[in-house]
Amino acid sequence: MKNISATTLTASLLVTVIGILLVIPMMLQWERPPMDSTQLGFRGLGMEQITNPRLAEKVKAANPLPTPDDAVPNDGVLVKDDKENYKNVQVLGDLDTAQFVRLMNAISTWVAPQEGDNAGCAYCHNLENMASDELYTKVVARRMIQMTRAINTQHKSHVAQTGVTCYTCHRGQPVPANIWATNPGPKQAGGFAASRDGQNLAHQSVPAYASLPYDPFTTLLNTPAESIRVVATTALPGGTGAGVKATEKTYALMMHMSTGLGVNCTFCHNSRQFANWEQSRPQRVTAWHGIQMVRDVNATYIGSLTDVFPANRKGPEGDVYKANCATCHNGVNKPLYGFSMAKDYPELSVPNP
Amino acid sequence: MAMLSFEKKYRVRGGTLIGGDLFDFWVGPFYVGFFGVLTAFFASIGTALIVYGAAIGGTWNLWQINIAPPDLSYGLALAPLKQGGLWQIITICATGAFVSWALREVEICRKLGIGLHVPVAFSFAIFAYVTLEVIRPFLLGAWGHGFPYGIISHLDWVSNVGYQYLHFHYNPAHMIAITLFFTCTLALAMHGGLVLSATNPAKGEAVKTAEHENSFFRDHIGYSIGTLGIHRLGLFLALGAVFFSAVCIVISGPFWTRGWPEWWNWWLDLPIWS
Repeated sequence: MKNISATTLTASLLVTVIGILLVIPMMLQWERPPMDSTQLGFRGLGMEQITNPRLAEKVKAANPLPTPDDAVPNDGVLVKDDKENYKNVQVLGDLDTAQFVRLMNAISTWVAPQEGDNAGCAYCHNLENMASDELYTKVVARRMIQMTRAINTQHKSHVAQTGVTCYTCHRGQPVPANIWATNPGPKQAGGFAASRDGQNLAHQSVPAYASLPYDPFTTLLNTPAESIRVVATTALPGGTGAGVKATEKTYALMMHMSTGLGVNCTFCHNSRQFANWEQSRPQRVTAWHGIQMVRDVNATYIGSLTDVFPANRKGPEGDVYKANCATCHNGVNKPLYGFSMAKDYPELSVPNP
Repeated sequence: MAMLSFEKKYRVRGGTLIGGDLFDFWVGPFYVGFFGVLTAFFASIGTALIVYGAAIGGTWNLWQINIAPPDLSYGLALAPLKQGGLWQIITICATGAFVSWALREVEICRKLGIGLHVPVAFSFAIFAYVTLEVIRPFLLGAWGHGFPYGIISHLDWVSNVGYQYLHFHYNPAHMIAITLFFTCTLALAMHGGLVLSATNPAKGEAVKTAEHENSFFRDHIGYSIGTLGIHRLGLFLALGAVFFSAVCIVISGPFWTRGWPEWWNWWLDLPIWS
């Protein structure tokens, strides 16, 4: 009897200790009132955003607003006319030389501000021969300038007058923080465990940390892309409709948009009828154009650099790292809280030559 | 109303919480009491206001009648009658009626000298309602966070509030509540089935008693909770379900603003492997 008591005691102590050890991390993460709330629709329908002002402060700290460089007067000479000093300028030839230098300086602080031999101008240029394309980063940067211009001129339905600059994504880093490449998932065991069908992965990289597909981007944010719509358009079923896998992929993309923008579903949708445009908020139209924009950006611009990037800049499947909503938004529904950097660099908002 | 011969002795005087003998009488089979009057008062005013709200709401379609709380901009202040003020008064009436009804149950229990289990159980349901319409809106700083009074509109509220946390099924308290609700129906189904099976034996056989009921479950799963125990279990499951329902909504917003799946990151963040 005594032995049984001792065992029971030890067992219960062990269970209690393990329980407490699990409950502590469970409890440490709760938030507390007061919260901020914004009404997004007719009163009483739960169309609202509730935000924690203390977490919002952290997001704000992670999205510092840069100071634009002072404007400089024109030199009166276009880059393409100063053949002696400027060679191999394929995209920005129409710029005044003073604006060209200002933009080059800005790009170096936006993309490669860090100290060292391969930073600043040298991140893209051979300092002995600035015209040389020997560094792949220079070829990439050229294409990215074309992309920025395309975004600011052809995708105004998404970026509006705010526009984007290199900083919107790069934030002072050569490689933007929020990027994706085709994700084959972790290596699986053989046999019945050979495939997890692209989902059910407990990892922080999964959209909204759910059991949903961890790579909805390869199918939905590339061109040609699959249809995102999975909700039936008729009251009664009239065909096979979208399968569960497609539905979960769409859901995963939507979860990504939510976390990428720091909003919940009701920021765009009235959940009583997700698909119905009349019942949705105007933000959904902006978001739809954003999806078209990201597909264009990934297929036409970033994707075209597949042969330019070295292997260590590519994903596990050999495709280049691409953009999604979080790349620009970084947890904020308007990147940099709607602060327009592009207006101080008008040369980034003209059509490509 | 006619009374059965034995009913008189159950009509016990006294036991009232308030008002002494004032309303200590029966109307037909129903005990009145001060709280019965109060219930009728609140319920009739509340119902009249709902009808008034429907009348000025633009539709008599039963599904679409909607009496909504005020805009969030009113915060915890009173709103004009047609901009949510009706909802506020109806909420006061509803809470008053529910609480009065529970206290009337208490008075009846006191008359009969029985435990307060029924009013205590009912108070859990009131607690859930008050959590939704008063406590959570108060914690979030605006009455506009409450659900509207309308068949479709309150469902829209449920849907939209659920999607504010991306996937409400990951809410840990919601999980516990659902588990308790389902277990509650399981327990009631097994209990009901067992009692009916004992009282409906094969033709020609005598009705069986608790001994047979206990034996069935001992043969079946090695244990019978017993005749009293099953009711304790049932009450525990039901009240637990309602309690955790209230918890699951009060933590959504005041104590958690992100998607519910993200809450489970405490597991991924355990120092063992992170």
